[in-house]
Amino acid sequence: MSRRVAIIGVGWYGFKPSIPDLSFREMMFEASMRAAEAAGVDLRKDVDAFVSSQEDYWEGIAISDEFAPEPIGGVLRPTFTVAGDGLQGLAQAYMLIKTGYFDVVLVESHAKPSDILSLDKIYELALDPVNIRPLSPSNPLFTAGLDAVAYMSRTGLEREDLAFIAVKNRVQGLRNPRASYAAKISLEEVLEAEAYIYPMTRYEVAGFTDAAITVILASEDVARRFTDNPVWVSGVGWSTETGTGALAWHEWGRMKSMRMAADMAYRTAGVKPSQIDLAEVEDRFSFMEPLTLEEARLAPEGGAAKMAREGVFSPDGSLPVNPSGGSLAMGVALEATGLARLLEAYLQLVGAAGPHQVEATRALVASWRGPPTYTSMAVVLESEDAL
Amino acid sequence: MSGGAERRLPGHYLKSKEMYSLPGLVEYRPVARYLFSAGQAQSRFLDGLKEGKILGKRCPRCGRVYVPPRSYCEYCMAPTSEWVELPGTGEVHTAVVSYISTFRERMEKPEIVAVIKLDAPGYTKGGYEFAGLFHKLCNVEPEDVISGRAIGMRVKPRWRPPEERKGDVNDIECFEPVES
Ligand SMILES: [Zn+2]
Repeated sequence: MSRRVAIIGVGWYGFKPSIPDLSFREMMFEASMRAAEAAGVDLRKDVDAFVSSQEDYWEGIAISDEFAPEPIGGVLRPTFTVAGDGLQGLAQAYMLIKTGYFDVVLVESHAKPSDILSLDKIYELALDPVNIRPLSPSNPLFTAGLDAVAYMSRTGLEREDLAFIAVKNRVQGLRNPRASYAAKISLEEVLEAEAYIYPMTRYEVAGFTDAAITVILASEDVARRFTDNPVWVSGVGWSTETGTGALAWHEWGRMKSMRMAADMAYRTAGVKPSQIDLAEVEDRFSFMEPLTLEEARLAPEGGAAKMAREGVFSPDGSLPVNPSGGSLAMGVALEATGLARLLEAYLQLVGAAGPHQVEATRALVASWRGPPTYTSMAVVLESEDAL
Repeated sequence: MSGGAERRLPGHYLKSKEMYSLPGLVEYRPVARYLFSAGQAQSRFLDGLKEGKILGKRCPRCGRVYVPPRSYCEYCMAPTSEWVELPGTGEVHTAVVSYISTFRERMEKPEIVAVIKLDAPGYTKGGYEFAGLFHKLCNVEPEDVISGRAIGMRVKPRWRPPEERKGDVNDIECFEPVES
Protein backbone atom coordinates (compact mmCIF):
# COMPACT_ATOMS: atom_id res chain seq x y z
CA MET A 1 0.00 0.00 0.00
CA SER A 2 1.49 3.20 -1.20
CA ARG A 3 0.72 6.37 0.66
CA ARG A 4 1.17 6.61 4.39
CA VAL A 5 -1.41 8.21 6.69
CA ALA A 6 -0.51 10.75 9.35
CA ILE A 7 -2.27 12.45 12.21
CA ILE A 8 -1.64 16.17 11.78
CA GLY A 9 -3.70 17.51 14.67
CA VAL A 10 -5.92 16.51 17.56
CA GLY A 11 -8.35 18.59 19.60
CA TRP A 12 -10.44 17.78 22.64
CA TYR A 13 -12.96 19.35 24.94
CA GLY A 14 -14.33 18.29 28.30
CA PHE A 15 -13.37 15.12 30.14
CA LYS A 16 -15.61 16.06 33.04
CA PRO A 17 -18.28 13.86 34.62
CA SER A 18 -20.86 16.44 33.61
CA ILE A 19 -20.76 19.46 31.29
CA PRO A 20 -24.23 20.94 31.72
CA ASP A 21 -23.40 24.34 30.21
CA LEU A 22 -22.52 23.11 26.71
CA SER A 23 -24.60 21.09 24.29
CA PHE A 24 -22.98 18.09 22.63
CA ARG A 25 -22.86 20.12 19.42
CA GLU A 26 -20.98 22.94 21.14
CA MET A 27 -18.53 20.40 22.56
CA MET A 28 -17.96 18.96 19.08
CA PHE A 29 -17.32 22.46 17.73
CA GLU A 30 -14.81 23.26 20.49
CA ALA A 31 -12.89 20.03 19.93
CA SER A 32 -12.89 20.48 16.16
CA MET A 33 -11.67 24.09 16.31
CA ARG A 34 -8.81 23.00 18.57
CA ALA A 35 -7.87 20.19 16.17
CA ALA A 36 -7.99 22.62 13.24
CA GLU A 37 -5.75 25.07 15.07
CA ALA A 38 -3.29 22.32 16.00
CA ALA A 39 -3.15 21.07 12.42
CA GLY A 40 -3.16 24.51 10.77
CA VAL A 41 -6.17 23.42 8.75
CA ASP A 42 -9.18 25.45 7.59
CA LEU A 43 -12.07 23.08 8.28
CA ARG A 44 -14.19 24.61 5.50
CA LYS A 45 -11.48 24.54 2.83
CA ASP A 46 -8.90 21.87 3.50
CA VAL A 47 -10.88 18.81 4.63
CA ASP A 48 -12.03 16.31 1.99
CA ALA A 49 -14.27 14.11 4.16
CA PHE A 50 -15.66 13.90 7.69
CA VAL A 51 -16.32 10.84 9.85
CA SER A 52 -18.34 10.89 13.07
CA SER A 53 -18.57 7.88 15.38
CA GLN A 54 -21.80 7.80 17.34
CA GLU A 55 -24.66 5.57 18.42
CA ASP A 56 -28.27 6.78 18.39
CA TYR A 57 -29.24 5.67 21.88
CA TRP A 58 -26.25 7.47 23.39
CA GLU A 59 -27.28 10.58 21.47
CA GLY A 60 -30.94 10.32 22.40
CA ILE A 61 -31.70 11.09 18.76
CA ALA A 62 -32.82 8.53 16.23
CA ILE A 63 -30.95 8.61 12.92
CA SER A 64 -28.58 11.09 14.55
CA ASP A 65 -26.17 11.33 11.61
CA GLU A 66 -27.86 14.55 10.50
CA PHE A 67 -26.37 16.22 13.59
CA ALA A 68 -22.85 15.20 12.65
CA PRO A 69 -21.73 17.62 9.93
CA GLU A 70 -22.53 21.10 11.23
CA PRO A 71 -20.38 21.35 14.40
CA ILE A 72 -17.29 19.83 12.75
CA GLY A 73 -17.17 21.81 9.51
CA GLY A 74 -18.83 19.11 7.41
CA VAL A 75 -21.94 20.91 6.15
CA LEU A 76 -22.50 20.07 2.48
CA ARG A 77 -19.31 18.03 2.43
CA PRO A 78 -18.81 14.25 2.25
CA THR A 79 -19.74 13.19 5.80
CA PHE A 80 -20.79 9.88 7.26
CA THR A 81 -21.26 8.30 10.65
CA VAL A 82 -19.88 5.06 11.97
CA ALA A 83 -22.06 3.38 14.60
CA GLY A 84 -19.12 2.38 16.72
CA ASP A 85 -16.07 3.48 18.62
CA GLY A 86 -14.02 6.41 17.34
CA LEU A 87 -11.18 4.07 16.44
CA GLN A 88 -13.53 2.33 13.99
CA GLY A 89 -14.18 5.76 12.50
CA LEU A 90 -10.44 6.34 12.36
CA ALA A 91 -9.99 3.06 10.46
CA GLN A 92 -12.54 4.28 7.90
CA ALA A 93 -10.68 7.58 7.51
CA TYR A 94 -7.40 5.68 7.14
CA MET A 95 -8.89 3.65 4.30
CA LEU A 96 -10.35 6.73 2.60
CA ILE A 97 -6.88 8.25 2.47
CA LYS A 98 -5.36 4.97 1.29
CA THR A 99 -7.67 5.02 -1.75
CA GLY A 100 -5.89 8.10 -3.02
CA TYR A 101 -9.13 10.02 -3.50
CA PHE A 102 -8.99 11.82 -0.15
CA ASP A 103 -6.03 13.77 1.23
CA VAL A 104 -7.37 15.23 4.49
CA VAL A 105 -10.04 13.47 6.56
CA LEU A 106 -11.47 14.55 9.91
CA VAL A 107 -12.61 11.99 12.50
CA GLU A 108 -14.83 12.97 15.40
CA SER A 109 -16.40 11.27 18.36
CA HIS A 110 -18.14 12.66 21.41
CA ALA A 111 -19.96 11.50 24.50
CA LYS A 112 -22.43 13.14 26.83
CA PRO A 113 -23.43 10.38 29.23
CA SER A 114 -24.48 13.06 31.73
CA ASP A 115 -27.44 13.80 29.42
CA ILE A 116 -28.66 10.19 29.65
CA LEU A 117 -30.97 9.65 32.62
CA SER A 118 -31.60 5.96 31.98
CA LEU A 119 -28.08 4.80 31.13
CA ASP A 120 -28.73 1.45 32.82
CA LYS A 121 -31.80 0.89 30.67
CA ILE A 122 -29.91 1.77 27.51
CA TYR A 123 -27.38 -0.90 28.46
CA GLU A 124 -30.27 -3.29 29.08
CA LEU A 125 -31.61 -2.46 25.65
CA ALA A 126 -28.27 -3.64 24.22
CA LEU A 127 -28.87 -7.15 25.56
CA ASP A 128 -30.34 -10.00 23.54
CA PRO A 129 -34.12 -9.33 23.56
CA VAL A 130 -35.23 -12.98 23.62
CA ASN A 131 -32.86 -14.79 25.97
CA ILE A 132 -31.33 -12.19 28.28
CA ARG A 133 -33.58 -9.14 28.61
CA PRO A 134 -36.59 -11.07 29.98
CA LEU A 135 -34.36 -12.10 32.91
CA SER A 136 -33.95 -8.38 33.73
CA PRO A 137 -30.36 -8.62 34.93
CA SER A 138 -30.14 -5.85 37.49
CA ASN A 139 -26.75 -4.78 36.19
CA PRO A 140 -26.40 -5.14 32.43
CA LEU A 141 -22.60 -4.98 32.82
CA PHE A 142 -22.61 -8.42 34.43
CA THR A 143 -20.68 -9.89 31.50
CA ALA A 144 -17.59 -7.99 32.64
CA GLY A 145 -17.71 -9.81 35.96
CA LEU A 146 -18.14 -13.16 34.23
CA ASP A 147 -15.09 -12.47 32.09
CA ALA A 148 -13.05 -11.30 35.08
CA VAL A 149 -13.83 -14.43 37.09
CA ALA A 150 -13.04 -16.70 34.13
CA TYR A 151 -9.78 -14.81 33.51
CA MET A 152 -8.75 -15.20 37.15
CA SER A 153 -9.52 -18.91 37.24
CA ARG A 154 -7.64 -19.51 33.99
CA THR A 155 -4.52 -17.62 35.05
CA GLY A 156 -4.56 -18.04 38.83
CA LEU A 157 -4.63 -14.29 39.39
CA GLU A 158 -5.79 -12.94 42.74
CA ARG A 159 -8.06 -10.00 43.45
CA GLU A 160 -4.95 -8.03 44.49
CA ASP A 161 -3.53 -8.39 40.98
CA LEU A 162 -6.56 -6.72 39.45
CA ALA A 163 -6.91 -4.16 42.23
CA PHE A 164 -3.33 -3.04 41.59
CA ILE A 165 -4.32 -1.94 38.07
CA ALA A 166 -6.84 0.45 39.62
CA VAL A 167 -4.16 1.82 41.96
CA LYS A 168 -1.66 2.27 39.11
CA ASN A 169 -4.08 4.01 36.76
CA ARG A 170 -5.99 6.13 39.27
CA VAL A 171 -2.71 7.42 40.75
CA GLN A 172 -1.08 7.98 37.34
CA GLY A 173 -4.11 10.03 36.39
CA LEU A 174 -3.23 12.64 39.02
CA ARG A 175 -0.74 14.05 36.51
CA ASN A 176 -3.29 14.25 33.71
CA PRO A 177 -5.64 17.26 33.54
CA ARG A 178 -8.18 15.13 31.67
CA ALA A 179 -8.37 12.50 34.43
CA SER A 180 -11.39 13.52 36.48
CA TYR A 181 -11.49 10.21 38.32
CA ALA A 182 -7.84 10.18 39.39
CA ALA A 183 -7.27 9.42 43.06
CA LYS A 184 -4.44 8.82 45.48
CA ILE A 185 -5.53 5.41 46.66
CA SER A 186 -3.83 2.37 48.14
CA LEU A 187 -4.20 -1.30 47.32
CA GLU A 188 -5.98 -1.85 50.64
CA GLU A 189 -8.46 0.93 49.91
CA VAL A 190 -9.29 -0.59 46.54
CA LEU A 191 -9.75 -4.07 47.99
CA GLU A 192 -11.84 -2.86 50.91
CA ALA A 193 -14.05 -0.53 48.88
CA GLU A 194 -17.64 -1.52 48.23
CA ALA A 195 -17.99 -4.35 45.72
CA TYR A 196 -19.37 -3.21 42.37
CA ILE A 197 -19.27 -6.26 40.16
CA TYR A 198 -17.39 -9.12 41.76
CA PRO A 199 -14.43 -9.46 41.78
CA MET A 200 -14.17 -5.70 41.25
CA THR A 201 -14.80 -2.87 43.69
CA ARG A 202 -15.84 0.69 42.90
CA TYR A 203 -12.28 1.78 42.03
CA GLU A 204 -11.92 -1.03 39.50
CA VAL A 205 -14.92 0.03 37.42
CA ALA A 206 -14.49 3.22 35.40
CA GLY A 207 -16.99 6.05 35.70
CA PHE A 208 -18.42 8.00 32.79
CA THR A 209 -17.18 11.25 31.32
CA ASP A 210 -18.43 13.91 28.92
CA ALA A 211 -15.88 14.53 26.17
CA ALA A 212 -15.45 15.44 22.52
CA ILE A 213 -12.37 14.55 20.48
CA THR A 214 -11.48 15.45 16.90
CA VAL A 215 -8.56 13.97 14.96
CA ILE A 216 -7.36 15.26 11.59
CA LEU A 217 -5.59 12.81 9.29
CA ALA A 218 -3.73 13.46 6.06
CA SER A 219 -1.84 11.61 3.38
CA GLU A 220 1.94 11.76 3.69
CA ASP A 221 2.66 14.43 1.09
CA VAL A 222 -0.16 16.69 2.28
CA ALA A 223 0.75 16.10 5.94
CA ARG A 224 4.22 17.48 5.27
CA ARG A 225 2.66 20.75 4.11
CA PHE A 226 0.78 21.18 7.39
CA THR A 227 3.17 19.88 10.04
CA ASP A 228 6.76 18.92 10.69
CA ASN A 229 5.67 16.69 13.56
CA PRO A 230 3.32 14.08 12.09
CA VAL A 231 2.38 10.89 13.90
CA TRP A 232 1.94 7.99 11.54
CA VAL A 233 -1.09 5.73 11.65
CA SER A 234 0.94 2.71 10.61
CA GLY A 235 -1.68 0.04 11.14
CA VAL A 236 -5.33 -0.45 12.04
CA GLY A 237 -7.37 -3.48 13.01
CA TRP A 238 -10.81 -4.32 14.32
CA SER A 239 -12.89 -7.38 15.04
CA THR A 240 -16.30 -8.25 16.51
CA GLU A 241 -17.31 -11.36 18.43
CA THR A 242 -20.77 -12.76 18.99
CA GLY A 243 -22.36 -10.71 21.74
CA THR A 244 -25.14 -11.36 24.23
CA GLY A 245 -27.07 -13.16 21.51
CA ALA A 246 -24.97 -16.23 22.28
CA LEU A 247 -23.21 -15.86 25.61
CA ALA A 248 -22.35 -19.56 25.72
CA TRP A 249 -20.32 -19.13 22.54
CA HIS A 250 -18.11 -16.41 23.94
CA GLU A 251 -14.73 -17.66 25.09
CA TRP A 252 -14.91 -16.43 28.68
CA GLY A 253 -11.88 -14.84 30.22
CA ARG A 254 -10.49 -13.97 26.82
CA MET A 255 -10.81 -11.11 24.34
CA LYS A 256 -10.51 -12.96 21.08
CA SER A 257 -11.57 -9.94 19.08
CA MET A 258 -8.75 -7.97 20.75
CA ARG A 259 -6.24 -10.61 19.67
CA MET A 260 -7.51 -10.39 16.08
CA ALA A 261 -7.65 -6.58 16.05
CA ALA A 262 -4.12 -6.26 17.42
CA ASP A 263 -2.71 -8.85 15.02
CA MET A 264 -4.36 -7.03 12.12
CA ALA A 265 -2.89 -3.70 13.28
CA TYR A 266 0.62 -5.17 13.65
CA ARG A 267 0.35 -6.84 10.25
CA THR A 268 -0.79 -3.70 8.42
CA ALA A 269 1.91 -1.71 10.22
CA GLY A 270 4.64 -4.26 9.59
CA VAL A 271 5.51 -4.00 13.27
CA LYS A 272 6.25 -6.69 15.85
CA PRO A 273 4.71 -6.50 19.35
CA SER A 274 8.23 -6.39 20.80
CA GLN A 275 8.78 -3.04 19.02
CA ILE A 276 5.94 -1.34 20.92
CA ASP A 277 7.20 1.02 23.64
CA LEU A 278 3.91 2.60 24.80
CA ALA A 279 0.42 1.20 25.25
CA GLU A 280 -2.81 3.15 25.74
CA VAL A 281 -5.29 0.33 26.04
CA GLU A 282 -8.67 -0.74 27.36
CA ASP A 283 -9.10 -0.63 31.13
CA ARG A 284 -12.72 0.32 31.81
CA PHE A 285 -12.71 -2.68 34.13
CA SER A 286 -9.48 -3.44 35.98
CA PHE A 287 -9.06 -6.95 34.52
CA MET A 288 -9.25 -5.61 30.98
CA GLU A 289 -5.86 -3.93 31.04
CA PRO A 290 -3.76 -7.07 31.72
CA LEU A 291 -6.02 -9.18 29.52
CA THR A 292 -5.74 -6.68 26.64
CA LEU A 293 -1.95 -6.63 27.00
CA GLU A 294 -1.86 -10.42 26.81
CA GLU A 295 -4.23 -10.64 23.86
CA ALA A 296 -2.18 -7.95 22.10
CA ARG A 297 0.96 -10.04 22.72
CA LEU A 298 2.59 -7.37 24.86
CA ALA A 299 2.76 -9.77 27.84
CA PRO A 300 2.82 -13.56 28.16
CA GLU A 301 -0.40 -15.44 29.00
CA GLY A 302 -1.35 -14.68 32.58
CA GLY A 303 1.80 -12.60 33.04
CA ALA A 304 0.64 -9.01 32.60
CA ALA A 305 -0.64 -8.40 36.12
CA LYS A 306 2.66 -9.55 37.62
CA MET A 307 4.62 -7.32 35.23
CA ALA A 308 2.43 -4.41 36.27
CA ARG A 309 3.26 -5.00 39.94
CA GLU A 310 6.95 -5.21 39.07
CA GLY A 311 6.75 -1.75 37.49
CA VAL A 312 7.28 -2.76 33.86
CA PHE A 313 4.12 -0.86 32.88
CA SER A 314 4.74 2.18 35.08
CA PRO A 315 5.59 5.53 33.44
CA ASP A 316 9.32 4.88 34.03
CA GLY A 317 9.11 1.18 33.14
CA SER A 318 10.18 -0.37 29.85
CA LEU A 319 6.61 -0.38 28.49
CA PRO A 320 4.45 2.39 29.98
CA VAL A 321 0.80 1.34 29.93
CA ASN A 322 -1.88 4.00 30.25
CA PRO A 323 0.36 6.72 31.67
CA SER A 324 -2.72 8.89 31.15
CA GLY A 325 -4.51 6.93 33.84
CA GLY A 326 -6.66 5.18 31.24
CA SER A 327 -10.43 5.02 31.48
CA LEU A 328 -10.17 4.20 35.20
CA ALA A 329 -8.86 7.74 35.79
CA MET A 330 -10.37 9.56 32.79
CA GLY A 331 -13.75 7.86 32.63
CA VAL A 332 -15.53 6.07 29.83
CA ALA A 333 -16.47 8.48 27.05
CA LEU A 334 -18.86 6.04 25.35
CA GLU A 335 -17.91 5.87 21.64
CA ALA A 336 -15.15 8.47 22.16
CA THR A 337 -13.25 6.15 24.50
CA GLY A 338 -11.00 4.76 21.78
CA LEU A 339 -10.13 8.27 20.59
CA ALA A 340 -9.34 9.21 24.20
CA ARG A 341 -6.71 6.44 24.23
CA LEU A 342 -5.49 7.66 20.80
CA LEU A 343 -5.35 11.30 21.96
CA GLU A 344 -3.15 10.31 24.90
CA ALA A 345 -0.80 8.20 22.76
CA TYR A 346 -0.59 10.98 20.16
CA LEU A 347 0.34 13.59 22.78
CA GLN A 348 3.05 11.25 24.10
CA LEU A 349 4.54 10.67 20.62
CA VAL A 350 4.72 14.39 19.79
CA GLY A 351 6.12 15.18 23.25
CA ALA A 352 3.11 17.25 24.31
CA ALA A 353 1.75 15.11 27.14
CA GLY A 354 2.93 17.54 29.81
CA PRO A 355 3.24 16.27 33.39
CA HIS A 356 2.67 12.64 32.40
CA GLN A 357 5.07 12.65 29.43
CA VAL A 358 7.01 9.39 28.91
CA GLU A 359 9.69 8.41 26.40
CA ALA A 360 8.04 6.62 23.48
CA THR A 361 8.13 6.36 19.72
CA ARG A 362 5.79 3.49 18.84
CA ALA A 363 2.42 2.98 20.51
CA LEU A 364 -0.33 0.43 20.51
CA VAL A 365 -3.76 2.00 21.02
CA ALA A 366 -6.55 -0.45 21.78
CA SER A 367 -10.15 -0.13 22.84
CA TRP A 368 -12.99 -2.52 23.49
CA ARG A 369 -16.54 -1.38 22.94
CA GLY A 370 -18.09 -3.46 25.64
CA PRO A 371 -19.74 -4.74 27.55
CA PRO A 372 -22.24 -5.76 26.47
CA THR A 373 -20.85 -5.73 22.93
CA TYR A 374 -17.65 -7.52 21.96
CA THR A 375 -15.90 -5.31 19.46
CA SER A 376 -12.19 -4.50 19.65
CA MET A 377 -10.11 -1.93 17.81
CA ALA A 378 -6.34 -1.53 17.64
CA VAL A 379 -4.10 1.09 16.06
CA VAL A 380 -0.31 1.26 15.77
CA LEU A 381 1.03 4.82 15.95
CA GLU A 382 4.62 5.79 15.18
CA SER A 383 6.46 9.05 15.67
CA GLU A 384 9.03 10.36 13.20
CA ASP A 385 11.74 9.06 15.54
CA ALA A 386 10.46 5.48 15.22
CA LEU A 387 11.17 5.33 11.49
CA MET B 1 -53.78 -2.19 17.44
CA SER B 2 -56.63 -0.26 18.93
CA GLY B 3 -59.39 2.05 17.88
CA GLY B 4 -61.85 1.53 15.07
CA ALA B 5 -59.64 1.45 12.01
CA GLU B 6 -58.91 -2.27 12.00
CA ARG B 7 -62.55 -3.27 12.38
CA ARG B 8 -63.17 -2.21 8.84
CA LEU B 9 -60.87 -5.01 7.72
CA PRO B 10 -62.15 -8.60 7.49
CA GLY B 11 -60.93 -11.37 9.80
CA HIS B 12 -60.70 -12.27 13.46
CA TYR B 13 -59.12 -9.70 15.74
CA LEU B 14 -56.76 -10.68 18.54
CA LYS B 15 -56.95 -8.78 21.80
CA SER B 16 -53.54 -7.56 22.83
CA LYS B 17 -53.53 -10.09 25.71
CA GLU B 18 -54.06 -12.92 23.24
CA MET B 19 -51.52 -11.47 20.88
CA TYR B 20 -48.71 -11.38 23.44
CA SER B 21 -49.52 -14.88 24.67
CA LEU B 22 -48.53 -16.27 21.28
CA PRO B 23 -45.16 -18.01 21.30
CA GLY B 24 -42.55 -16.19 19.25
CA LEU B 25 -43.44 -12.71 20.46
CA VAL B 26 -41.42 -11.12 23.24
CA GLU B 27 -42.58 -7.73 24.39
CA TYR B 28 -40.12 -5.09 25.55
CA ARG B 29 -40.66 -1.44 26.22
CA PRO B 30 -37.43 0.56 26.02
CA VAL B 31 -36.77 3.11 28.72
CA ALA B 32 -34.74 5.87 27.13
CA ARG B 33 -34.81 9.07 29.16
CA TYR B 34 -32.58 12.08 28.59
CA LEU B 35 -32.00 15.54 29.93
CA PHE B 36 -30.51 17.40 27.00
CA SER B 37 -28.09 20.22 27.71
CA ALA B 38 -29.41 22.93 25.45
CA GLY B 39 -26.05 24.69 25.58
CA GLN B 40 -24.82 28.28 25.62
CA ALA B 41 -26.82 29.67 22.73
CA GLN B 42 -30.08 27.74 23.00
CA SER B 43 -30.39 28.21 26.76
CA ARG B 44 -30.52 31.98 26.40
CA PHE B 45 -32.93 31.62 23.49
CA LEU B 46 -35.30 29.59 25.68
CA ASP B 47 -35.01 32.16 28.47
CA GLY B 48 -35.89 34.81 25.88
CA LEU B 49 -39.05 32.98 24.85
CA LYS B 50 -40.21 33.12 28.44
CA GLU B 51 -39.95 36.90 28.22
CA GLY B 52 -41.72 36.99 24.87
CA LYS B 53 -38.52 37.66 22.91
CA ILE B 54 -37.03 35.88 19.92
CA LEU B 55 -33.25 36.07 20.19
CA GLY B 56 -30.66 35.22 17.58
CA LYS B 57 -26.89 35.27 17.26
CA ARG B 58 -24.91 36.91 14.51
CA CYS B 59 -21.79 35.57 12.81
CA PRO B 60 -19.12 38.30 12.87
CA ARG B 61 -17.62 37.07 9.58
CA CYS B 62 -20.53 36.58 7.21
CA GLY B 63 -23.35 38.47 8.96
CA ARG B 64 -25.74 35.54 9.04
CA VAL B 65 -28.15 35.62 11.98
CA TYR B 66 -28.93 32.25 13.53
CA VAL B 67 -32.44 31.66 14.89
CA PRO B 68 -32.61 29.36 16.76
CA PRO B 69 -29.23 30.68 17.83
CA ARG B 70 -26.02 28.71 17.63
CA SER B 71 -22.65 29.25 19.25
CA TYR B 72 -20.92 28.95 15.92
CA CYS B 73 -21.48 29.64 12.23
CA GLU B 74 -21.59 26.45 10.18
CA TYR B 75 -20.45 28.26 7.05
CA CYS B 76 -17.46 30.08 8.53
CA MET B 77 -16.71 27.70 11.44
CA ALA B 78 -16.35 30.78 13.61
CA PRO B 79 -17.93 31.50 16.98
CA THR B 80 -21.01 33.68 16.67
CA SER B 81 -20.78 36.84 18.70
CA GLU B 82 -23.49 39.48 18.97
CA TRP B 83 -26.97 38.72 20.34
CA VAL B 84 -29.82 40.26 18.39
CA GLU B 85 -33.48 40.58 19.32
CA LEU B 86 -35.76 39.99 16.38
CA PRO B 87 -39.11 41.76 16.03
CA GLY B 88 -40.81 38.36 15.70
CA THR B 89 -42.60 39.20 12.48
CA GLY B 90 -41.85 37.37 9.31
CA GLU B 91 -43.30 35.60 6.33
CA VAL B 92 -44.37 32.07 5.55
CA HIS B 93 -41.60 30.49 3.51
CA THR B 94 -43.26 27.12 2.99
CA ALA B 95 -46.29 25.47 4.58
CA VAL B 96 -48.10 22.16 4.48
CA VAL B 97 -51.45 20.70 5.54
CA SER B 98 -51.40 17.28 7.16
CA TYR B 99 -54.64 15.28 7.16
CA ILE B 100 -53.26 12.02 8.53
CA SER B 101 -50.91 11.00 11.32
CA THR B 102 -47.72 8.99 10.90
CA PHE B 103 -49.81 5.84 11.22
CA ARG B 104 -52.19 6.96 8.50
CA GLU B 105 -55.02 7.72 10.92
CA ARG B 106 -57.16 10.61 9.79
CA MET B 107 -56.85 13.55 12.15
CA GLU B 108 -59.96 15.29 13.42
CA LYS B 109 -58.68 18.65 12.30
CA PRO B 110 -56.02 19.10 9.63
CA GLU B 111 -52.80 20.56 11.00
CA ILE B 112 -50.92 23.33 9.23
CA VAL B 113 -47.22 23.71 9.89
CA ALA B 114 -44.78 26.09 8.29
CA VAL B 115 -41.26 27.35 8.11
CA ILE B 116 -41.31 31.03 8.99
CA LYS B 117 -38.67 33.36 7.62
CA LEU B 118 -38.23 35.92 10.37
CA ASP B 119 -37.48 39.57 9.81
CA ALA B 120 -33.80 39.88 10.75
CA PRO B 121 -32.52 43.44 10.43
CA GLY B 122 -28.90 43.45 9.39
CA TYR B 123 -28.89 39.97 7.89
CA THR B 124 -26.40 40.47 5.10
CA LYS B 125 -26.40 37.07 3.42
CA GLY B 126 -29.03 36.12 0.92
CA GLY B 127 -29.86 32.65 -0.29
CA TYR B 128 -31.97 29.77 0.83
CA GLU B 129 -30.84 30.00 4.46
CA PHE B 130 -32.32 32.49 6.90
CA ALA B 131 -33.19 33.21 10.49
CA GLY B 132 -36.38 31.30 11.02
CA LEU B 133 -38.53 28.90 12.95
CA PHE B 134 -40.56 25.83 12.23
CA HIS B 135 -43.96 26.24 13.85
CA LYS B 136 -47.73 25.79 13.59
CA LEU B 137 -49.93 28.27 11.74
CA CYS B 138 -53.21 29.55 13.24
CA ASN B 139 -56.00 31.42 11.49
CA VAL B 140 -54.83 30.03 8.21
CA GLU B 141 -57.18 27.68 6.36
CA PRO B 142 -56.12 24.60 4.41
CA GLU B 143 -57.42 26.40 1.33
CA ASP B 144 -54.86 29.19 1.88
CA VAL B 145 -52.08 26.62 1.79
CA ILE B 146 -53.47 24.57 -1.09
CA SER B 147 -54.03 27.66 -3.23
CA GLY B 148 -50.55 28.97 -2.46
CA ARG B 149 -51.92 32.13 -0.82
CA ALA B 150 -50.17 31.25 2.43
CA ILE B 151 -46.71 31.46 0.90
CA GLY B 152 -45.22 34.85 1.59
CA MET B 153 -48.02 35.69 4.04
CA ARG B 154 -46.93 38.15 6.76
CA VAL B 155 -47.17 36.48 10.16
CA LYS B 156 -46.38 37.17 13.81
CA PRO B 157 -46.08 34.96 16.87
CA ARG B 158 -49.11 34.35 19.07
CA TRP B 159 -47.52 34.26 22.53
CA ARG B 160 -48.98 32.33 25.39
CA PRO B 161 -49.76 34.44 28.47
CA PRO B 162 -46.55 35.08 30.48
CA GLU B 163 -47.72 32.93 33.41
CA GLU B 164 -48.11 29.91 31.09
CA ARG B 165 -44.67 30.17 29.47
CA LYS B 166 -42.15 27.51 30.33
CA GLY B 167 -39.07 28.49 28.35
CA ASP B 168 -39.68 26.20 25.40
CA VAL B 169 -40.83 26.58 21.81
CA ASN B 170 -44.44 26.10 22.88
CA ASP B 171 -44.31 29.51 24.58
CA ILE B 172 -45.26 30.58 21.09
CA GLU B 173 -48.65 28.96 20.52
CA CYS B 174 -48.40 29.41 16.78
CA PHE B 175 -47.75 32.02 14.11
CA GLU B 176 -50.76 33.85 12.75
CA PRO B 177 -51.39 36.38 9.98
CA VAL B 178 -50.41 39.92 10.94
CA GLU B 179 -53.83 41.26 9.89
CA SER B 180 -55.86 39.04 12.23
ZN1 LIG C 1 -20.49 32.97 9.19
